[in-house]
Amino acid sequence: MRKEILDISQLDKSLLHELDAYIDSLKGDKQEQLIHVLHRAQELFGHLPYNVQLYVAHALKLSGAKVNGVVTFYSFFNEEPTGKYTISVCMGTACFVKGADKVLERILKLTKTKKNEMSEDGLFTIKDVRCIGACGLAPIVTVNDKVYGKVKVNEVDGILEKYRGDHHEN
Amino acid sequence: MKTNSLDSLKTWAKSVRSDSEFRITILACAGTSCLSSESDLIIEMLQAKIDEHNLNGEVNLKKVGCLRFCGEGPIMFIEPDNITYVRVAIKDVDDIFTKHILEGTTITRLLYTSKKNELIESYENMNFFKKQFRIALRNVGDIDPRNIDEYVAQDGYKALGMSLLEKTPDEVIKIVKESGLRGRGGGGFPTGLKWAYTAAVKSDEKYVICNADEGDPGAFMDRSIIEGDPHSLIEAMTIAGYAIGANQGYIYIRAEYAISLEPLNIALNQAKEHGLLGENIFGTDFSFDIGIKLGAGAFVCGEETALIRSMEGHRGEPDKKPPYPSESGFRGKPTSVNNVETFVNVPAIILNGAEWFASFGTERSKGTKVFALAGNVKNIGLVEVPMGTTLREIIFDIGGGHPENKTIKAVQIGGPSGGVITEEYFDTPIDYDSLTAIGAMMGSGGLIVMDEDSDMVEIAKFYLDFTQDESCGKCTPCRIGTKRMFEILERLTNMEGEPADLERLETLGYNIKNTSLCGLGQTAPNPVLSTMKFFKEEYEAYAYRTKRTSYAIEGKKCIGCTKCARVCPVNCITGKVREIHTIDESACIACGACYDACPTQAILKP
Repeated sequence: MRKEILDISQLDKSLLHELDAYIDSLKGDKQEQLIHVLHRAQELFGHLPYNVQLYVAHALKLSGAKVNGVVTFYSFFNEEPTGKYTISVCMGTACFVKGADKVLERILKLTKTKKNEMSEDGLFTIKDVRCIGACGLAPIVTVNDKVYGKVKVNEVDGILEKYRGDHHEN
Repeated sequence: MKTNSLDSLKTWAKSVRSDSEFRITILACAGTSCLSSESDLIIEMLQAKIDEHNLNGEVNLKKVGCLRFCGEGPIMFIEPDNITYVRVAIKDVDDIFTKHILEGTTITRLLYTSKKNELIESYENMNFFKKQFRIALRNVGDIDPRNIDEYVAQDGYKALGMSLLEKTPDEVIKIVKESGLRGRGGGGFPTGLKWAYTAAVKSDEKYVICNADEGDPGAFMDRSIIEGDPHSLIEAMTIAGYAIGANQGYIYIRAEYAISLEPLNIALNQAKEHGLLGENIFGTDFSFDIGIKLGAGAFVCGEETALIRSMEGHRGEPDKKPPYPSESGFRGKPTSVNNVETFVNVPAIILNGAEWFASFGTERSKGTKVFALAGNVKNIGLVEVPMGTTLREIIFDIGGGHPENKTIKAVQIGGPSGGVITEEYFDTPIDYDSLTAIGAMMGSGGLIVMDEDSDMVEIAKFYLDFTQDESCGKCTPCRIGTKRMFEILERLTNMEGEPADLERLETLGYNIKNTSLCGLGQTAPNPVLSTMKFFKEEYEAYAYRTKRTSYAIEGKKCIGCTKCARVCPVNCITGKVREIHTIDESACIACGACYDACPTQAILKP
């Protein structure tokens, strides 16, 4: 069994200070607000690695197991780093009926990844997400904040190329 | 300034400059779907032009909530000209400003084209809007959600004032009971009764919780209300607090809706500034505050006991009932959990009376219901209709039927907990009880239309994939049962199943329904059981392995135009120009691109 030893040597101290400040600002029962704290921590660190979870546990006087239990329960929290671009394929019913599964399959094939794993080049993380409530545009793919509506399978190559291109220019 | 009487509220409402006092008012939709098509940018650019020409005194551009016709977005209503523009793009901003606002001419290319190819100028003449009747969405799309003045001008907060100043808590509960309002989140439990139970329990603290964890894929009415008319929700929750004796409310909102928090927070602050929320509301000794709790992506948190666990900072696992939250809920205190759409009906009921509300709908389902109409249907968007409207009216009159006039085979209602309804039942009046009677359920209002091309086994598998993934794991029937059902469906669709699998699916399904702990497991097998009931032959085609899994080309119809080969993403179609093409069935990914591209319908579906 892994021991709960907190090691913050690899974590950015200024981000930890920001997290501390957020936790201090919370009113009322802080343990009850674990989910809000984890949202903030993920905003700051990009994902929730082992030591960030343990740091939150110490700060809120909870066990590491409790925090990890919550992190792994909710799909919004990532324990692994994510790519530069997060591609979310909406798997709501309206999108599914209009072929979102085929779109997802094509994206996974082209990026040679599995769902929720980062592609080898660090560019993409592909997720299937629950209904984002824009069913009029089904099927929908979002790349970070940019929304692509009415996506066809044969348009996927072009969309991915665009981000690969952007990356090379940078 | 604090509002402390109905008179001062009335004076305030009168002082608000109404839309009719402007030469022109533009309601520009900033609902989720339209925002995805850059409507915010369009609004910003149009506003910049208005500023540039100093026209703010006569041109009133309002960024409003969902205008409901999502499939035609971005959409704009222009008053008093009574013109509706659809599918507006950034390139149209100049024309809207110069031609319409300055010169007063209608831009015909932005008008809606009906299925009969007629241009329709006003939304009032569109079939999509004609049969709709709004109670829950009464202000959504009409008012600027970020401006409390506009809400007050629509009799906003009057119901709260009437409740606090003129009625006892028991009288408020009595009105809600008599109205016949039932929970719009799925269960259909009578709202007045829930409030009465919570009110009856003696406790130093009680809570009002709004369930805004709209998790049913394909349903987005709650989101539209929160973003388009947040004050209605705040007013209703405060009335609920007064009725049950609570001083604290919480809105539990799913993390996917983080964007909705901005209008909501603005509204909460405005309400507090005006003494309509917080200490001594309307100058009375009643105090009530509302906090926000953010979810983090878990469908099961829509179940009230799981939601409460999540609010307390735990894994969102449900508890067994009883005790019900009305006895022991959030922090172990009596708690009333109601859904967004349920809540916003309340101010309308207090204002117009229980009898008025009960005059809409059927005998046991009163008022209206909002549906999110999507899938293979021409008109996609939010639809609010009186209970008792038939599915046929919604799909064909309001929805306009299939966009390409294909046969509509079924509608899926109630999301992952619901079932399919086939054509023979399209004349069933929609209410809680008649839907249950035909093996479906109201659910939260997702309504997905499926045409002849939809594979019902794949659709059932889709829902099972969803529920087995979202099962919290606390109870065995749901955790393992849904997984096994999903595996059987996968086996079937991979052509590796056997006839006995159908029986296994059914047995498992009934066992999971009867033995699961919470609503998620108790309803998870519904999509499978209901599609098996109506589309047994589709299951059999998989079980007996008589189904083709790839596309094919019907030789005598193929003209050798090469269109299919050019669109195929995996290059598995070969053939020379003007010769019959063939599909390599082992490489085909069944994406359907060739099917859409073929001009002669020579492609055969799997």
